[in-house]
Amino acid sequence: MGVENPLGDNVITTSLDALVNWSRKSSIWPMTFGLACCAIEMMATGASHNDLDRFGIIFRASPRQSDCIIIAGTVTKKMLPVIKTVYEQMPEPKWVIAMGACACSGGVFDTYSVVQGIDEALPVDVYIPGCPPRPEALLYGLMKLQDKIMKDKNSFGNAIGLGSRIEAAAA
Amino acid sequence: MAENNRAVVKLKEKFASSIIEVVSFRDEVTVTVKKQDILNVLSFLKQSLQYNLLTDVTAVDYLGKKEERFMMVYQLYSIPNKDKLRVKAPVSEGECRIQSASQVWETANWLEREVYDLFGITFENHPDLRRILMTPEWEGHPLRKDYPLQGPDREPYKGRLS
Repeated sequence: MGVENPLGDNVITTSLDALVNWSRKSSIWPMTFGLACCAIEMMATGASHNDLDRFGIIFRASPRQSDCIIIAGTVTKKMLPVIKTVYEQMPEPKWVIAMGACACSGGVFDTYSVVQGIDEALPVDVYIPGCPPRPEALLYGLMKLQDKIMKDKNSFGNAIGLGSRIEAAAA
Repeated sequence: MAENNRAVVKLKEKFASSIIEVVSFRDEVTVTVKKQDILNVLSFLKQSLQYNLLTDVTAVDYLGKKEERFMMVYQLYSIPNKDKLRVKAPVSEGECRIQSASQVWETANWLEREVYDLFGITFENHPDLRRILMTPEWEGHPLRKDYPLQGPDREPYKGRLS
């Protein structure tokens, strides 16, 4: 049965999803991209005390090698086209984390020059509140993203042209 | 106090008819001049009185508070004399233009572009007058008092509803 229908609804499908999702969640490579004070907290999270490397989270200097973009700070209308370009340059599958009050909703900057939440432009997977969020909050958000990645269905099959990807709903 | 200031004495000698007001507040001397003479006054201050550093150029919007809506502000510093001076010039909304100081101090180029961008005051004989902070296609001048804080395309904030 599994041989004639390699990615059918049987034990092979679930185990492949588990394998692919496990490898993806264990090697989230975020884009090195900071916008404001949240970026300082993001750097602190990456540094030795909190050590993102132990999750396999390694900041990449190129969007071509990134799976995830952490919107760390206030998004101005002038910066938005740059962020969109970086996001579009990232290969699928890709995830977006809105870090801090500004990236979630514009924060205190209810003004003409600030985008009122990055979700106006990009599909956000995890929202992290705080101004700025402590490293623990960012770590919790990244672990929430890992949980979400584990719930992904058939994203590998979709990549090789078999069926469509079923993305997990918000946890 | 301001009357004894070296620069004020010289300015009163040379530009008696252009000076509108001289104010001294907490040892900061401010000279307000007519905008037609602003370039002459500024070049005299640089060439003869050694105000060789233009620290800042900005503007104030006195919408509904003064007859002439805008006030140009020039912050000068004399490095050899360690002396500061503020020069102001009123600009009306109807004739919203003033001579560019970029021929006197090169640094006025970008500072005046900022004033043009945010207040919409035009600078005559400016070498490169275009927006510097807002995007090129931006409409309006955000630091004007009648510009909506949340931007023209959004509902203004009406306070907490709860």
